[in-house]
Amino acid sequence: MAARGRRTETREPAKSVEKLLATKEIVICCGSGGVGKTTTAAAMAAMAATYHGGKVLVLTVDPAKRLANALGLEQFGNVETRVPAEAFAAVGVEPRGELWAAMLDTKQSWDDLVERHAPDAATRKAILDNPLYQNVTGKFVQSHDYIAMERLYEIHSSGRYDLIVVDTPPTRNAIDFLEAPERMADFFSSRLLRWLIAPYQSRLFNVASKPFYNVADRILGSQFLQDIAEFFILFQTMYGGFVERAKAVTRTLSDRCTTFVVVSTLESAPVQEAEFFIGALSDRDLHLGALVLNKVLPTYLRSTAATKVARSFTADADPLADQVLAGLGDIGAHDDVARVLREVGESFLNYQVVAKREAELRDELSTVPDVVATVPYFDSDIFDLAGLLALGAAIWR
Amino acid sequence: MPPDLLDRRLLFVTGKGGVGKTTVAAGLASLAAARGKRTLVCEVDAKGNLADFFETGPIGFDPRQIEPQLWAMAMQTEESLKEYLKLQLKVPLLAKIGPLARTFDFVANAAPGVKEILTVGKLCYEVREQNYDLVVVDAAASGHVIGQLAAPQAINELVQVGLVRSQTGWMLDLLSDPVITGAVIVSAPEEMPVNETIELAARMRSETQVDLAAVVVNRVLPELFNRAEEEIFDRLHTADGVACLTGAVGGNATPLLDAARLAVTLRRTRAGHLARLRTELPDNLAMLYLPYLFTRSHGVRVTTQIAEALGEELGF
Repeated sequence: MAARGRRTETREPAKSVEKLLATKEIVICCGSGGVGKTTTAAAMAAMAATYHGGKVLVLTVDPAKRLANALGLEQFGNVETRVPAEAFAAVGVEPRGELWAAMLDTKQSWDDLVERHAPDAATRKAILDNPLYQNVTGKFVQSHDYIAMERLYEIHSSGRYDLIVVDTPPTRNAIDFLEAPERMADFFSSRLLRWLIAPYQSRLFNVASKPFYNVADRILGSQFLQDIAEFFILFQTMYGGFVERAKAVTRTLSDRCTTFVVVSTLESAPVQEAEFFIGALSDRDLHLGALVLNKVLPTYLRSTAATKVARSFTADADPLADQVLAGLGDIGAHDDVARVLREVGESFLNYQVVAKREAELRDELSTVPDVVATVPYFDSDIFDLAGLLALGAAIWR
Repeated sequence: MPPDLLDRRLLFVTGKGGVGKTTVAAGLASLAAARGKRTLVCEVDAKGNLADFFETGPIGFDPRQIEPQLWAMAMQTEESLKEYLKLQLKVPLLAKIGPLARTFDFVANAAPGVKEILTVGKLCYEVREQNYDLVVVDAAASGHVIGQLAAPQAINELVQVGLVRSQTGWMLDLLSDPVITGAVIVSAPEEMPVNETIELAARMRSETQVDLAAVVVNRVLPELFNRAEEEIFDRLHTADGVACLTGAVGGNATPLLDAARLAVTLRRTRAGHLARLRTELPDNLAMLYLPYLFTRSHGVRVTTQIAEALGEELGF
């Protein structure tokens, strides 16, 4: 494992994203969809690899093709891939460390998990071939969440990286993935699972469960129930390893080497989600490292002096156009100039409304971590490493 | 030829999280109700905020009237199961099957598609019983909606016998009829929403039998200048241009011109995504464009504005 030297656990709370990344080993980015979670994760990883050194991995769930391009990769895969040095060289940066990237492939990760925990080759094959297996792993509630955390744990415990930055799967509840390992463990130790499986194992219905089967059979059909039972009987052979594993994953999340970065935009739904998430982290005693506010409009939009100017632009566009034409010469027809001034004034007032709304939402955030980083609205999409580093630089200190 | 959007009976509104799916569902329902249709709007996502868009109290499983022609409900699969059992199995004593919650939780988690079928089933039931002229569903986001819409088909394939199997037939009939059922994908002119919309439209065609009725592009920014005007603007956005304006108006003009530049750039970036969306989707697919709302309000005011904009796009 590459030595970084500068990673020391301090009791002093990190006062910047830079310090946070220097002291942690796992950074989990969370927040609602569409707020720039993946890009933020990649930007933080790129910054850490560049300035802190060591081996840094960005583990992402659903990367845009553009992000793969930005990292100089053909595409993301389940296999960890090193971002080529040329990608850094192309933007004139000489990183101190290495940046690696990987994507979470849910199906592949489940297969790997079965490979690891199945007691023998026959069971492994039986599970992988079971028609329900794909359905369950693909659609099982929270199966994505669980596997994301599981993969994170696997990579972290392998000791291959100094820092892992992960972005969380898009879930209905951002909090789901936190509970996924526990829920998975609960599920496999649940009485109901045993209930369901018991009669198919022993071929004896016990009195307590009989009404359940009567109804379940009528709803679902007994063949289907039996298919499910057989699948879970196979799955149960992995029970011990699975539960142990789920517990270890949960422990990693609450370990002091792990921190959470909540990402949001200043729109009402994402902010609500962020607040909810911040509360959930604190309820679970998990470490909230930073809040990153993305796509924030520039502060000059909130200037009251400018409001006055904008009002003059819209109200006095015609006389102003005369003065402009007198001062700058023939830059266009009078009416066109007046229309431009009006548009400029109106557009300013429009955006001011949004900028003020953003500021209000920012003020309403009740609990905020030590580090709150604001990312300006970038003019265009981020399409190369330079763009990622520019975003990273905006939140670094 | 499929009917007009609001003349269908069941509309599933979906899209990437954060693009305004609920806003559009609320707007469509509000518009339909205002046009005299007895409308039910149903939120499927348990943690949704549909109630906020009507500024009404919490919404539960039992539909509640919130406007003269508008009812709202929130899907709860367990309640749906109870209702189903009551209706279909004539099981009066639910106690007989033990603690339903736990049993249900188990069955729903273990058996793929059960939660989905209970959701879709309840919605189809409301349509079949003709309780409403139109049911608008604030459906699951892109990731989950395919599973939801394809559930009857999937169950049909997985379950060979039993009551559920016999129930999926009529659901499929409703869902696959474009006169009755349509899906609406909400998008936004940004990179990821556009990617997801294109992908979702394709999957909807290949993996479900539901007709994609329309794509609604939300938050379209206004075009500030035409070409001639932009040249004038470029000239004004120079050192002496700003100085001239600042002198004329008696206040610093820099923030205004910077803001206009930002607006032009944002619009341009988004126009590129919009063009890509249009190119990649089938030519005959209806696309509705909703303006970005520069408003400080939210709730019912936004719903009203969205409903009006949808009405204009639909030619009302």
